[in-house]
Amino acid sequence: MTTFEAILLTIVTASTPLLIAALGELVTERSGVLNLGVEGMMAMGAACSFAAAVTFDSTLLGVAAGMMAGALMAALFALLVLGFAANQTGSGLALTILGLGLSGLIGAPFVGARRDPIAPVDIPGLSDIPVVGRLFFEQDLFVYASLALTILVAIYLVKTRSGLTLRSIGENHTSANALGLPVRQVRFWAILFGGACAGLAGAYLALVYTRFWSPGMTAGRGWIALALVVFAAWRPAWVLVGAYIFGAATVLQLHAQAAQFGVPSQVLSAVPYLATIIALLLLSIRHGRAIGAPGSLGVPFVPDR
Amino acid sequence: MFSGKVFGALAGATVLALSASGAVAQPKEKVKVGFIYVGPVGDHGWSYQHDQGRQAIEKAFPGKVTTTFVESVPEADSERAIEQLARTGHDLIFTTSFGFMEPTLKVAKKYPNIKFEHATGFKRAPNLSTYAAKFHEGRYIIGQIAGKMTKSNTIGYVGAFPIPEVIAGINAFYLGAQSVNPNVKIKIVFANTWYDPAKEGDAAKALLDQGVDMLAQHTDSPAPIQAAEQRGKFGFGQASDMERFAPKAQLTAIVDNWSDYYVARTKAVLDGTWKSEDTWGGINAHMVVMSPYKNMPDDVKKLAQDTEAAIKSGQLNPFKCPIVGQDGKEIECKGQGALSDEQVLGMNFYVKGIEDKIPQ
Repeated sequence: MTTFEAILLTIVTASTPLLIAALGELVTERSGVLNLGVEGMMAMGAACSFAAAVTFDSTLLGVAAGMMAGALMAALFALLVLGFAANQTGSGLALTILGLGLSGLIGAPFVGARRDPIAPVDIPGLSDIPVVGRLFFEQDLFVYASLALTILVAIYLVKTRSGLTLRSIGENHTSANALGLPVRQVRFWAILFGGACAGLAGAYLALVYTRFWSPGMTAGRGWIALALVVFAAWRPAWVLVGAYIFGAATVLQLHAQAAQFGVPSQVLSAVPYLATIIALLLLSIRHGRAIGAPGSLGVPFVPDR
Repeated sequence: MFSGKVFGALAGATVLALSASGAVAQPKEKVKVGFIYVGPVGDHGWSYQHDQGRQAIEKAFPGKVTTTFVESVPEADSERAIEQLARTGHDLIFTTSFGFMEPTLKVAKKYPNIKFEHATGFKRAPNLSTYAAKFHEGRYIIGQIAGKMTKSNTIGYVGAFPIPEVIAGINAFYLGAQSVNPNVKIKIVFANTWYDPAKEGDAAKALLDQGVDMLAQHTDSPAPIQAAEQRGKFGFGQASDMERFAPKAQLTAIVDNWSDYYVARTKAVLDGTWKSEDTWGGINAHMVVMSPYKNMPDDVKKLAQDTEAAIKSGQLNPFKCPIVGQDGKEIECKGQGALSDEQVLGMNFYVKGIEDKIPQ
């Protein structure tokens, strides 16, 4: 394996959890709900997936537990913002704090345990293609799943009737409600999907990326996922691009340091965030407004209003 | 986050704390000790090791000591947590991160009858001691091991931030390697975080991808040494013994051992002999402990053991003069035959042979 290939492989690993979490949040936000609890749901996903994987010695059960944990946290959030029309910003922040604390409690007995790496899945024939072959066809299942998920979410939102319903509810929930669309029901499932994705991203962190659990190991990735949705102007394809830019910038700055390029590491660490700001600037210059944001995003919905 | 069992003794301890007021220290029947941690107890590293020290106190004085801890205290919000401990009848309070310095000083002035101990800081008061450990002694030893064992002649270092404590560690590590292998090269990556397992792991992978086969780390999670294990290379544990994460890769670990110090200071409070002091202990004081040397040939193991013994007896100082900077000029020697403590604590230069530059 050449250094170049090795770098690309690391970038894929760094980008995948961001991509999965951001896709989930994108669907939630397109339905008009802003869930700032991604970090908390991700932490719960990491803790529960690791706990289950160690207890039952099964990566698959671990992944299932991680997604369940994320979805359960999301259900709690849904109860607050849909059931009681609570403030979404406040509820989301509370969810993050709750998730970080609760994950520490659940994970406490598993501190110090470790899992063996999961085997990459080789796609015969395709993985022999130089460079690209190893990069895209000799990854763990999560990577394939994340790429498939991107395509599925894109098709769902643009090409299906159900996706259209979700988007129209996100654009204007009052009109959608007047048309008889089930606003709260659709939003409930969208929130749950976002939670399951955040949980899956957490499971990836704990089971593939680091292969151990420790409190606070999500280290702000949930917040980056939130930023990615804005960066991508609420479009799945751009989430994919953004996640890989973030992953690449993080990994490349580490390599630049090791290769002694002489650029201060602090500046290099800031590159992904500078990239977000520049992308946002370019997008708004091109479109003249904060494009893509669903019209009802973050507004509490009460049916009879 | 308070440990449950302390509350039973709360009332009694409060009375004792009140009765012990007055400038003259007196022996105590019972002592209540509080700890403030910057991270979670389960971080496998820094805070975990301090908590091992807390547990050692409980074991050392059964029935005489109760302990409390508050974990994951943000540095900006620590004054409230420290004052909380001061108000709830603690006789001795350890605050275990550099960032707790000002808040600890402030609370210490408000509660002159309570003893405070602040780790890694430099501000003291009549009731506030400071303590830290000379981890660079351990880093010199692992540098020698790395210098002997490397096949690619390139060793790597994952640092947290380019601050004096980390720079001194890198220099000690490299000086150790150079002492047995004059042409060895070092590659350095700063993760710009103390604790982000995924990013620390990526930093380690970047070094391994670029030809490093010996990996030292000065960040808190086991992710870097685990990356070395996965690639079939070698590494060194940080703060605690990380063997379970890298049974084949860990050559040794530099273990922070606060237990002896914590027990001694608690005893001093019990005996009424506690004084404000500044302690900077190393291998000699058993504050820095090397975990068993493994996965290496016998001659390297012998070398490491000899070096450890030499440092312990005071024969060897990792920063013995002459120390030459990157520009080839000798660093002025302000200590006795070695750099002074101040020079080590404020180190802001790389030694000759390191080709990288300190990020400014």
